[in-house]
Amino acid sequence: MKRDVVTSIIGILVLTLFCGILYPLVITGISQVAFPGNANGQRVYVNGKLVGSKIIGQNFARQEVKNGKPVVDKSGNPVTVADPRYFQTRPSATVPPNNGAATTFSNLGPNNIATEQAIASDIKAYLALEKPYDPGLTAAKVPVDAANSSASGIDPDISIANADIQAHRIAAVRHLPMSTVMHLISHYIAGRGLGFSGEPGVDVLQLNLALDRMTGARG
Amino acid sequence: MTFLGWLTIFLFVTILTLLAMPLGRYMAAVYAGERTFLDPLFRTPERLFYKVMRVDPKREQDWKAYAKSLLIFSLAGWLLLYFILRTQTLWNWTGLNPQGFHSAPWNVTFNTTSSFVTNTNWQYYGGETTMSYFSQMAGLTVQNFLSAGVGISVAVALIRGIVGRSGKSIGNFWFDLIRTVLWVLTPISFVVALILVFQGSIQTFSHYLSFNGPTGLANQLAMGPVASQEAIKELGTNGGGFFNTNSSHPFENPTGFTNLVEMLAVLIIPAALVFMYGRMAGNRRQGYAIYATMMVMFLGAVCVAYIAEAHGSPAQHAAGLHTQAIAGSAGGNMEGKEQRFGIAGSALFDVITTVTSCGAVNSAIESFTGIGGAVPMANLSASEVIFGGVGTGLYSILLYVLLAVFIGGLMVGRTPEYLGKKIEAREIKLVAIGLLITPLAALFATALATASSAGRASISAAATGPQGFSESLYAYLSQANNNGSAFAGYGGFVQPNAGSIGSHGITFADLLGGFTMLFARFAPILFALAVAGSLAGKRISPAGLGTMRTDNPTFVVLLIGVIVLVGALTFFPALLLGPIVQGLTTHLY
Repeated sequence: MKRDVVTSIIGILVLTLFCGILYPLVITGISQVAFPGNANGQRVYVNGKLVGSKIIGQNFARQEVKNGKPVVDKSGNPVTVADPRYFQTRPSATVPPNNGAATTFSNLGPNNIATEQAIASDIKAYLALEKPYDPGLTAAKVPVDAANSSASGIDPDISIANADIQAHRIAAVRHLPMSTVMHLISHYIAGRGLGFSGEPGVDVLQLNLALDRMTGARG
Repeated sequence: MTFLGWLTIFLFVTILTLLAMPLGRYMAAVYAGERTFLDPLFRTPERLFYKVMRVDPKREQDWKAYAKSLLIFSLAGWLLLYFILRTQTLWNWTGLNPQGFHSAPWNVTFNTTSSFVTNTNWQYYGGETTMSYFSQMAGLTVQNFLSAGVGISVAVALIRGIVGRSGKSIGNFWFDLIRTVLWVLTPISFVVALILVFQGSIQTFSHYLSFNGPTGLANQLAMGPVASQEAIKELGTNGGGFFNTNSSHPFENPTGFTNLVEMLAVLIIPAALVFMYGRMAGNRRQGYAIYATMMVMFLGAVCVAYIAEAHGSPAQHAAGLHTQAIAGSAGGNMEGKEQRFGIAGSALFDVITTVTSCGAVNSAIESFTGIGGAVPMANLSASEVIFGGVGTGLYSILLYVLLAVFIGGLMVGRTPEYLGKKIEAREIKLVAIGLLITPLAALFATALATASSAGRASISAAATGPQGFSESLYAYLSQANNNGSAFAGYGGFVQPNAGSIGSHGITFADLLGGFTMLFARFAPILFALAVAGSLAGKRISPAGLGTMRTDNPTFVVLLIGVIVLVGALTFFPALLLGPIVQGLTTHLY
C-alpha cells in the first residue's frame, strides 16, 4: 500500500513532466521551425495589418449605423448586415457570428420547430441577398450549406454551388465579367483529401481578398 | 449519398486493417518485453522511470495487487488534475495563461477531472473560454496519455489471465503503463501531431489574436498548442477538444486529409489490440474472429448513419430546403456539419468516435437526424465493444466472448471452455456483473436526470419534445460508457454570454455525471481484473472433438447475437422514446 502510494505520487509527477511539458514543447519546437506558417494559424495580412486566418471563416458584414451610432441588439452585440461586395460564409451559431474565440454548435435538433424556423430564416436572407442578381433562384435551389449552420461556427468554406450562385451578385456589384468571377472561384477550390476524403469547398476569405486585390476594396 | 462517400468508407476500412495488423504484432512484442525497433530510443528512459518511481517491473502481481496499483495511481492522477484545474491562475508565471482565465467552479472541475481521468472527456466547459494553455497541457493532455495507458493495461492483464499457464500473476501494472506510454502512445502521437501541423493545425503559445476583417468587423482568434493535444486526444480515444467545437474547429481538423488521419488515429489502437490478442493467445484466428465481429457491427452502423444523414432532416424539408445532391453540393443534413468533411466524412467520423470511447466530434451530433442520432446511441448501448476505447473495448468484448461461450455451452450441453480453460460459475457471475454495471449506471442516471427538475435544468431551450429526452439519455449513456460525445445542447456550465468568466455550474448535472463516470469506469475494471485473476490459475486442457470453436463464423454470429441481445434488451425502450420516435416521424415539436 505505502509502496503504491509513493510510486503513484512520483509517477504522476514525472509522467506529467514527460507527457504534459516535454511532449508539447518538442512538438511546438519542431512545428515552429518546420511549419511556422501553419503552426501560427496561417495568418493573412493586408497592408501589414492582420485580417484573419486562411482557414477560419469570417462574417463579411458591415456594422449597421443609425444616426452616426453603431446599432446593437438586446444583449449588446453589434447588429450587422451582409456586405454585398463580398462572398458570404455559412450561417454560424456563435455570438457574434463567426466568433473565432468562442466557437459553438447550433445544437438544433432534427425535428424541432426552432430548427425549421432558423433554416427558413436563413433561406429568406439568402434569397433576399442573391435573388436580385440571380432571378431564377428559388428556395428549392438554395444549396444546403447556405441555409444550415456549420459545426464550428467558423467554417472557412462554402460549397461550389453556393459560390456559383453568389458569383452573380459579386459580378454585378463589382462590375466584373461573370467569367472572371467564376475563374477566380475555381482558383480557390480546395479539393478532397487524397482525392476522395471529404467534399470540395471554396475558401471564402482568400476569394474575397483576391477580389479586393482585383477591383479594390471599394467595389 | 455519393460514390465517393461510399469509397471513403471502403478505403478507410482497408487502410485501417492494413495498419492495425503490423501494429498488433508490434504491441504483442512490446508487452512480452521482446525486442522492437524502438528499443534503442526508449530502453534508457524506461529504466529511468522505474528507478525514479522505485518500481521493480519484474515483480509479478496477482489481480488484487494489480488493481490496487491501478486504483491508487488513478487517484493520484485525479488529485493532481483537480489541483491544477482549480489553481489555474497560480500558474500564470509560466506564461501559459495569456488570456488570464480563472478556474471553473468546483462542481464543473469535479466533473472535468473525473471525466479526463476516466478516459471519458465529457466536457461541460468550453475549451477556448475556460482553460489556460497550462491546464490543457500539464493537466488534460497528461490524462489523455495516462487514462489511455490504464485502459490498455487492463486489456493486456486480462489477456494474460486468459492465456496464462502458470499461477496467479497477471503481469505488472507499472511495466504495462510505462511501456504503453513510451512504446505505443508517444511515438504515434508524435507522428500524428506533426502531420496535423503540416496540414494546418496550430501549435503555438501565442495570446489570442485580435483583428479587423476586410469589412472592418472586429474579431478574435483563439490560439494554443493544439496539435500535440489533438493527436493524443484521438489516439487515446479520449476526445476532449482543445476548442469547444472539438474536431470541427479548423485549427483542430483543418482538411479532409486530417479528418482521415484523425479517424485512423482513433481506431488504430483498438483494432491493433484485437490482432495483438490473437498473437498473445497463440492463435491468430481468435483475433480475426473478434475483428470480424466488430467490423460487421461497425459497417452496419456506418451505413445506417450515412444513409440517414444524406437523406436530410424533417426540419430541413419543412423549411423548404431540398436535400438531394446537386452540381456543386452533395446535399444532405448539413446542419452542424463542416463543408470540408461533407456528409460521409461527418457520419463516418461520428460512428468511429462513438463505437470507440473517443467521443470527439467533427459535427454536431445533436443536429443529426433521428435515425442518424440513434446510431451513436446504439453504439453506446452496445457498451463500447465495437472496437471500443483503447483497452476498454478489448476487455469488454472479451467478457462478452466468455458470455457467448457460456451460452453456447448451455446450448450444446457441455461445460463451457475458452482457449482450453473451463468457464465456471464464478467467472460467469463476475462477467455478468461486469457487463451490466455500465448499462445500469446509464439508465439509473438518466432516470434521475429526467425525473427531477434539477436534472431537467440541463436540457436546452430549443430541445422540445423527444429531443429533450434524447439529450438527457445521450448525456448519461455517454458518461457511463466513458465516451464523452454529447448532444451538446445539454448543459452543466452556464455561460450567460459566450466568453464570459462569470458563469456557473449546474451542480446536479456535474456531480451526477462525475460519479457516473467514475463508477462506470472503475467498477468494470475491477471485475475484468477479477476475471483475469480467476482464469489465470486454471489448467489448460487440450481441445477435443466436442470443444466449441471460437474462431469460426458460427461463433462470430453467436457473439454478435449476444451483444445485440444484451444491448437491445437493456436500452430499446429508452431509445424508442428519444431518437427512434423522431426518426419515424416528420412531425416537428
